[in-house]
Amino acid sequence: MTGESSYLAVVPAYNESATIVAVIEELRRQAPRFDTLVVDDGSTDDTCALAVEAGATVIKLPFNLGIGGAVQTGFLYAREHGYDFLAQVDGDGQHDSIELERLIAAMREQAVDMVCGSRFLTDDHRYPAPISRRTGIHIFAFLLSRIVGMRVSDPTSGFRLYNRRAIELFARDYPHDYPEVEAVLMLHHHRLSMYEVPVRMYTRGGGISSIGTGKSAYYMIKVLLALFVGLARRRPVAEPGDRAPVSAEHGV
Amino acid sequence: MPGRIQLVAIVGAAVLLLTVLEMVRRRRLMERYALLWLLSALVLLGLGIWSSALATISHAIGVIYPPNALFFVAIGFVLLLLLHFSSAVSRLSDQSKLLAQRLALLEERLRRQEQSVGGLESAVSSERTEELARVPPD
Repeated sequence: MTGESSYLAVVPAYNESATIVAVIEELRRQAPRFDTLVVDDGSTDDTCALAVEAGATVIKLPFNLGIGGAVQTGFLYAREHGYDFLAQVDGDGQHDSIELERLIAAMREQAVDMVCGSRFLTDDHRYPAPISRRTGIHIFAFLLSRIVGMRVSDPTSGFRLYNRRAIELFARDYPHDYPEVEAVLMLHHHRLSMYEVPVRMYTRGGGISSIGTGKSAYYMIKVLLALFVGLARRRPVAEPGDRAPVSAEHGV
Repeated sequence: MPGRIQLVAIVGAAVLLLTVLEMVRRRRLMERYALLWLLSALVLLGLGIWSSALATISHAIGVIYPPNALFFVAIGFVLLLLLHFSSAVSRLSDQSKLLAQRLALLEERLRRQEQSVGGLESAVSSERTEELARVPPD
């Protein structure tokens, strides 16, 4: 990895006009090596115009695809433009872009395909998630850790850095509705590696979460179904002792 | 509930459940659309096995023969599923209309851009030929 590597920060945004400008400006100031791509997921407010004005590259989706479709658009863009690394940063200001450098350092040191910022590895709990959501996250963390055979403390975190192999995989196939948990499982099935770094997260700066309280139960059931069905999916074949080539099943 | 109809109900619901799970596994069915199917299959399976619950339901809705209550519940789920799909189809047709419109607008914009670029190029090249024509041959 040399200084010539190219970095892309993908910011999925759905009606984030309150925070999007601050997020873009922080990225430019605190993570200058990243190009910023805002994927406007069919917002009905002026998120798109504000992001263009703030100097980001903006892809405006014609209608709301959900977080999975929006982030995958970022992977497609990164693949098409040959980026070496892609960081996913939420548009609501809950991630601190200054910590992207730590994700990059961890990826370099650990030689993994994805680095994930975890809010549960630090003592600094500035992210006071409601108890119901924390419980849900811990249930996923427990199941996922058993399945992939390593500790995954924060599987729903959307603060992630991916390398070229992970970009290739997820550009081809990324989960639909609530993708983060399933993406970890996919990574594991495709013999890609991940590592978690403690990060601070803030409460949302504005706007509304994509997961309302009423949808939480649906979220739990859908992700649990995806996890258990994902376990039974056909996996790419690997030679013994070898890392499998990145491949994904086609057709939905 | 008589033994044979109970067996048929249980086997039918179990086959439905396994088919849905297998389709999700093979990605022929998205989780989003599978959840309601799974709920229907599980409830039907549950009522098939636990016949006293079915008897309670049939009594509550005034059906004398309990297996008919099973049909009643099954038809309820079928109606629910159909409504669910109608709403999904409505959303999809709305989205495909939007996509077609965006695509057509984009094509028009591209065509106009190509024309103006093409016009510019031909203007430049005709100027160049004029220049060349003005150069006296040696």
